[in-house]
Amino acid sequence: MITIHYFAGIKELTGTAQETLQFAGQTVDQLRKELAGKYPGMAENSVQVAVNEEYALPDDVLSEGDVVALIPPVSGG
Amino acid sequence: MKAYSVVTEPINPQLYADYVLRPEAGAVTLFTGHVREWTKGVKTLYLAYEAYVPMAEKKLAQIGREIEERWEGTQVAIAHRIGELQISDIAVVIAVSSPHRKAAYEANEYAIERIKEIVPIWKKEIWNDGEEWIGDQKKKPGGEMI
Repeated sequence: MITIHYFAGIKELTGTAQETLQFAGQTVDQLRKELAGKYPGMAENSVQVAVNEEYALPDDVLSEGDVVALIPPVSGG
Repeated sequence: MKAYSVVTEPINPQLYADYVLRPEAGAVTLFTGHVREWTKGVKTLYLAYEAYVPMAEKKLAQIGREIEERWEGTQVAIAHRIGELQISDIAVVIAVSSPHRKAAYEANEYAIERIKEIVPIWKKEIWNDGEEWIGDQKKKPGGEMI
């Protein structure tokens, strides 16, 4: 299983702050497409993906126990 | 205190200036970012900040490392507050010390620019007639979608 965290506008879109999915062995890009299919409207948002608290690349492969976060455009400061 | 932290309580900037002060320092720059009431003609009632706290603290520390590599002899402390903040509250504090003032000024501005690029913190503006996550430009004042 992997854990996925949602924040800000993406959290409002999904209606949940986190969920778990069977997704080990697949890529970040595959996960992004899966979630875009599951949550209408997500594909229109520009979202980066973090894996284990570091920004990930589309081809990075997810492992069992990974903690993923969808990072919408940040606006700190 | 931690040099790089996401906090929920009001920020006391003096703590951060004191933290970076040391005998080698000839300059300390202290930046505080505050909640602004008016943005592009729209009145903000208050802001709500949210963070991915563990990653945000890592990214703040990364910014500190970038600065200490780029400007030799600097030392950095940064805190960002989350939760509901009222007008004029301090949202972020950045303290940089260096042997000479130029590096302290430059590094401090670099820190706030990098925070706005890479640190997973989000700001929601709340108005009389609506609200919006900044960075997500889909909702506009009045609530209509564009």
